[in-house]
Amino acid sequence: MKTWLDAWPVYRQLTGTDPLGRGKAARSKATDATVSRTATADKVVKSVCPYCAVGCAQNVYVKDEAIVQIEGDPDSPINRGRLCPKGSASKQLVTSPSRVTTVKYRRPYATDWEDLDLDTAMEMIADRVLEARNKGWQDEDGGERVNRTMGIASLGGATLDNEENYLMKKLYSALGAIQIENQARI
Amino acid sequence: MPGLGASFGRGGATNFLEDLANSDCIVIEGSNMAECHPVGFQWVTEAKARGAKVIHIDPRFTRTSAIADLHVPLRIGTDIAFLGGLIRYVLDNELYFADYVTAYTNAAALVGEEFVDAEDLDGLFSGFDPANNVYDETSWQYEFEEAPESGADDPAEAAEQERSEQDPAVKKSDRAQAAGSGGPPIPAKPKRDETLQHPRSVFQILKRHFDRYTPEMVSEVCGIEPEVFEQVAAWVTSNSGRDRTTAWVYSVGWTQHSVGAQYIRTCSILQTLLGNIGRPGGGILALRGHASIQGSTDVPTLFNLLPGYLPMPHAHQHHDLEEYVADAAGKAGFWGNKPAYMTSLLKAWWGEAATAENDYAFDYLPRINGDHSSYRTITDMIKGKVSGYFLVGENPTVGHPNSRMNRFGLANLDWLVVRDLQMIESATFWKEGPEIETGEMSPETIGTEVFFVPAATHVEKEGTFTQTQRVLQWRHKAVEPPNDARSDLWFFFHLGRILRDRLKDSTDPRDRPLLDLTWDYPVEGETADPSADAVLREINGFGPDGELLNSYMQMRDDGSTSGGCWIYTGVYADGVNQAARRKPAKEQGAVASEWGWAWPLNRRMLYNRASADPDGKPWSERKKYVWWDEDAGEWTGLDVPDFEKTKRPDYVPPDGARAQDALAGNDPFVMQGDGKAWLFAPAGVVDGPLPTHYEPAESVVENGLYKQQANPTLEIIEGPWNRANPSRSDVFPFAVTTYRLTEHHTAGGMSRTLPYLAELQPEFFVEVSPELAELRGLTHNDYATLVSARTAVEAKVLVTERVRPIRLRDGTVVHQIGMPYHWSYTGISTGDAANDLLGIVMDPNTHIQESKVSTCDIRPGRRPRGPELLEFVEAYRRRAGVDSGRVGVNGRDPVDVAAGEGSAL
Amino acid sequence: MTSISSASPGLSQNDPKNRLFGPLPDVSAEAGYVEEHPKRVGFFTDTSVCIGCKACEVACKEWNTLPMDDADGKRDAIGMSGMSYDNTGMLGANSWRHVAFIEQTRVVDLPMPAVGLPGAKNRPDVPQLGAPDTGDVDTTAKAQASVLNAEALAEFDPQTGQTGADKQIRWLMSSDVCKHCTHAGCLDVCPTGALFRTEFGTVVVQQDICNGCGYCVPSCPYGVIDQRKDDGRVFKCTMCYDRLTDGLQPACATACPTQSIQFGDLDELQARADARLATLQEQGVETARLYGRDEDDGVGGAGAFFLLLDEPEVYGLPPDPVVTTRDLPAMWKAAATGAAMMVGVALSAVLGSRRR
Repeated sequence: MKTWLDAWPVYRQLTGTDPLGRGKAARSKATDATVSRTATADKVVKSVCPYCAVGCAQNVYVKDEAIVQIEGDPDSPINRGRLCPKGSASKQLVTSPSRVTTVKYRRPYATDWEDLDLDTAMEMIADRVLEARNKGWQDEDGGERVNRTMGIASLGGATLDNEENYLMKKLYSALGAIQIENQARI
Repeated sequence: MPGLGASFGRGGATNFLEDLANSDCIVIEGSNMAECHPVGFQWVTEAKARGAKVIHIDPRFTRTSAIADLHVPLRIGTDIAFLGGLIRYVLDNELYFADYVTAYTNAAALVGEEFVDAEDLDGLFSGFDPANNVYDETSWQYEFEEAPESGADDPAEAAEQERSEQDPAVKKSDRAQAAGSGGPPIPAKPKRDETLQHPRSVFQILKRHFDRYTPEMVSEVCGIEPEVFEQVAAWVTSNSGRDRTTAWVYSVGWTQHSVGAQYIRTCSILQTLLGNIGRPGGGILALRGHASIQGSTDVPTLFNLLPGYLPMPHAHQHHDLEEYVADAAGKAGFWGNKPAYMTSLLKAWWGEAATAENDYAFDYLPRINGDHSSYRTITDMIKGKVSGYFLVGENPTVGHPNSRMNRFGLANLDWLVVRDLQMIESATFWKEGPEIETGEMSPETIGTEVFFVPAATHVEKEGTFTQTQRVLQWRHKAVEPPNDARSDLWFFFHLGRILRDRLKDSTDPRDRPLLDLTWDYPVEGETADPSADAVLREINGFGPDGELLNSYMQMRDDGSTSGGCWIYTGVYADGVNQAARRKPAKEQGAVASEWGWAWPLNRRMLYNRASADPDGKPWSERKKYVWWDEDAGEWTGLDVPDFEKTKRPDYVPPDGARAQDALAGNDPFVMQGDGKAWLFAPAGVVDGPLPTHYEPAESVVENGLYKQQANPTLEIIEGPWNRANPSRSDVFPFAVTTYRLTEHHTAGGMSRTLPYLAELQPEFFVEVSPELAELRGLTHNDYATLVSARTAVEAKVLVTERVRPIRLRDGTVVHQIGMPYHWSYTGISTGDAANDLLGIVMDPNTHIQESKVSTCDIRPGRRPRGPELLEFVEAYRRRAGVDSGRVGVNGRDPVDVAAGEGSAL
Repeated sequence: MTSISSASPGLSQNDPKNRLFGPLPDVSAEAGYVEEHPKRVGFFTDTSVCIGCKACEVACKEWNTLPMDDADGKRDAIGMSGMSYDNTGMLGANSWRHVAFIEQTRVVDLPMPAVGLPGAKNRPDVPQLGAPDTGDVDTTAKAQASVLNAEALAEFDPQTGQTGADKQIRWLMSSDVCKHCTHAGCLDVCPTGALFRTEFGTVVVQQDICNGCGYCVPSCPYGVIDQRKDDGRVFKCTMCYDRLTDGLQPACATACPTQSIQFGDLDELQARADARLATLQEQGVETARLYGRDEDDGVGGAGAFFLLLDEPEVYGLPPDPVVTTRDLPAMWKAAATGAAMMVGVALSAVLGSRRR
């Protein structure tokens, strides 16, 4: 009896400390159950914003293997927890509905995409790398030894990790590919 | 950046963002910091709260100008004139920091008798080769105190290297950029006149060179009143010296010019004269635009560099390892250890297969012999010379100038691999590019096979970014990437694995470099993700006993050490991933040395030895930073000293000293061959030892200083798809500049696709003054069409008084148009691509294009559609006297197509 | 048993406790949180340091998972407004922070303040090097430290007369938000109890209660609260009520790069704002003013208040907002008088007839 009556806002309003019913007496069940999703996250992972080069540290909140929030890391001496609009939107990079997460393949002269299995794509790309490498191979150029291929070129963005750039440069150099460029040129 | 590299010995920003709070005056020029680096801008506001002056020098009144103390709206492309004026002001009024200049710069150095200044050759320096449009820099050299090359391990070979450096084919291969961490090699130390009075001393040459950069000239060229100039000069000079410091901040507003490196050189000279380098609150901050753009040059995916700014071997110059290191080996400065750095890199890549007998596999490296930069490669693609292309997180058909030319390049490949998060325009050009509508291309004619292979986001992989002030920060992986999305580390590791497997039985010597490559990284998880941590360890390097190295000083040239990028050695010091350190800022000092790790050797402020006087004492109590502790016998202070810790300030190198031992205790610029900051660059900058004002390649104004209109060495790519607007043309009468907005990111793949960003700047627009709007009948918030010799684009018009016409002394009115470049046809927010309008001309030092200024026409209304667009633009070309821009199918040269050439397809 | 009357006590008298109008020292206690409750919190938005980056707008939408303004995914529905860099337009159900951009050109002096917070020199998170600044190279320069462009633009013509001899440009930016009024019209008129005052003194819509009646919409003197078209319910800033329960700051204040948006205990913010205003006025920025700070104003002072550099109207803010329920007690009184009069009229009619 008492319990259901307590839950009745009008009763709370008239008997409690909130006679106008604009505060405590008006609280709904959902309000009383309010919890921040930062509090319920399984873990907070330390990261860095991928947009400009200021290098703002981010806290990435993860719940059930999904990202529920990305915000600035207040511990950072660089950004002191603050983020710009892009950094504040960076969760959407991960969750964007228009993100493409499967391989798409366009045949020569085709008018549309086809789906392709990732492993098959990797094998096909490997075939083409070897073929292009041979096709553009130069032992010499202008009478001097160059030991390279002009058949393969690459252009990377400057959001690549150092480790990724390193492996790329290492692999390309071993293949003899030299036309390797990056946004850093721009 | 060669501008910084040739001046100070390293290409990186000298100071760090947080240090801006210690500035007494901050000049932001060539940068829209509040919009493009909003979170970094908090340190500017911090300084302002402490009473610092903030000056914004920019053609446009931006969100940065809005909270500056002074906005200086100079004409686009005239920064050298403005800064040159400040240099003259400083020299003329003797406002330079004399003690600093005498001790720490090459002001006292003598230049050889053959040098002739641009003042005397109407805009050209001595040594110009008009046939190749390059300079022979030999006449710019110092007068040496000892026989040239006598300090080298192999003087004869070193001399030969010096000579071959002047070969045009070597020149064109961007050697200047190799000064990213080590100044340009010089044959010997110069003779000096400490009184600075010798007519051939750098100081006197400087005075003569900048003599004509008077306030009146500045006013005339830049289109600002002399009083504005005087105000800037007064604030900057009164806030520089022993007790006060001024910082300069720049971004691509300086680099994307045909004289970009020289913009930065001019600033370097000014800041050096004022004694602002290597000191708290001073310096030159290069603000990079992407999360790891500094990292992408440190560990370069650039054609002309190997990791750590070691140059790619050149076919003409470097037949073996000995030749490769001869120009530096043994000589003064840290480049003297080049053999150790290079040998360690070769050991990291080829391990056991790299032996003393085979020159540590030096011959496994391919050779360059010219310009192989991205724009040159695009041209080769159109000509059918390139089969396959990897685009890894880059969207050139929106983000690169002359996007149309880029699309033609892609349309003539055999295959293209695009790795990205979204279906960017560079992956869909074959069915949705604007040239489909004009009829220049069609899916049926494009034979390019396209693989879109989805990438992982920054939270779906681990690894390091290097931010704008050289700080490496490790990111931990938060979640697994979805479906087929993989990191680029995964992609290239497994591609390499498959390729090696394919070739495992090959006996072709061509395949040895691949088969002998160290490629056994541990993998983890269901997707066999390679360990980024293992890669970072390899980059750091190992000693003879397999221990991780703590410093590049431990590297040897005998094959006993390895290390993939010598400047990053120390990131794994003490076996700890230093880049992953996250000690809260509140628990450490102002420099926060225990947050991440900065190269070199965790030094946050470069050249900080210069924060103390020659005797090792702080210049002032207020600006103390690093100093000599006599009792402890070492350098100490707030930061890691950028100097040998126990080298006394009074150390004088003995005769025959090598490498770092040849630098004195008062030589703070340890990466320079003479230990000094270079006011005059006897080497390392291909378009002049001193900066001179040239007009942009496309300008509406005549060069008021010299007969030479534009940079004589600028790089041009010719073809029907890259026609240039003639300067001072009535057909293309307006200057246009491109830029970014806070709400978007570069080519838009990471912002136009996100709803919360797209809605904030939903449409492609241009900013014009009310005067230009009236002149051309443009309506606010309606469409206008912009036309160049490349093509025409349409954009909404934002009429604003923040953009102002400039009237020059002779009555010429220069109208400037602002054009943000984020848009193209995919995503939530769409529009024409601004970069379609731009052509490609380049700074010869860097091969960076002049995006920041070109010319165009503007008229009300939308552009013509379909084939009519082609005729519309062609008519403009005819009127301007420009060659036809008509192309054959898929952009191939109509002549080549007729002759049966073009794509190999 | 408590007696139940038809009128709440607050409405049966002349509001002596300022329950509907005037200063109210403890809004939370007034709303029934009589025991230990957190101090009233608020926003102090210092527009003089706003760089118009809109991080607040995005961080807010991210945290509160608001739809973009084009909720239907129609591309053409979003478009450039033409109002400088403001493409948000106004606060609404889907935009709980809104940055206004005002471009001004004038021939008169337009002072602009120095950036920064009072007392920044002593803040623990600000690294300090060396000794304090004793150098005083240029007193005039110091006085002008605060003045945007004024030097360049007032004393001479920076542009050689193309657009007028001494034109100054000023670009004002200001991030607007729900004011969380001391006397909140929306809350006072809400018939369902969906709107309520939290223990932090903020005003929040309870989405599980709101039935979309929309009474609150016209009752807001600032035009903040708004119905979502496809949903019917009303939405507005909650000052990140959920984050507050976890000891965090609201998303907008957390992101703001220049601390234009400051969150904290209201009394502390008010003191900070007063000091900031004094600094600016000392520097000659005479047009600077606080908005929503005065507890004697029409809403009893706001929980989210502002430092403005010009008239409120310039920023699209009402110059003298008054809570729409201010006159409620008077109206009750008037109604009672009216009723009495009617009775009187009826009586006199009866009595009058009797006289005849």
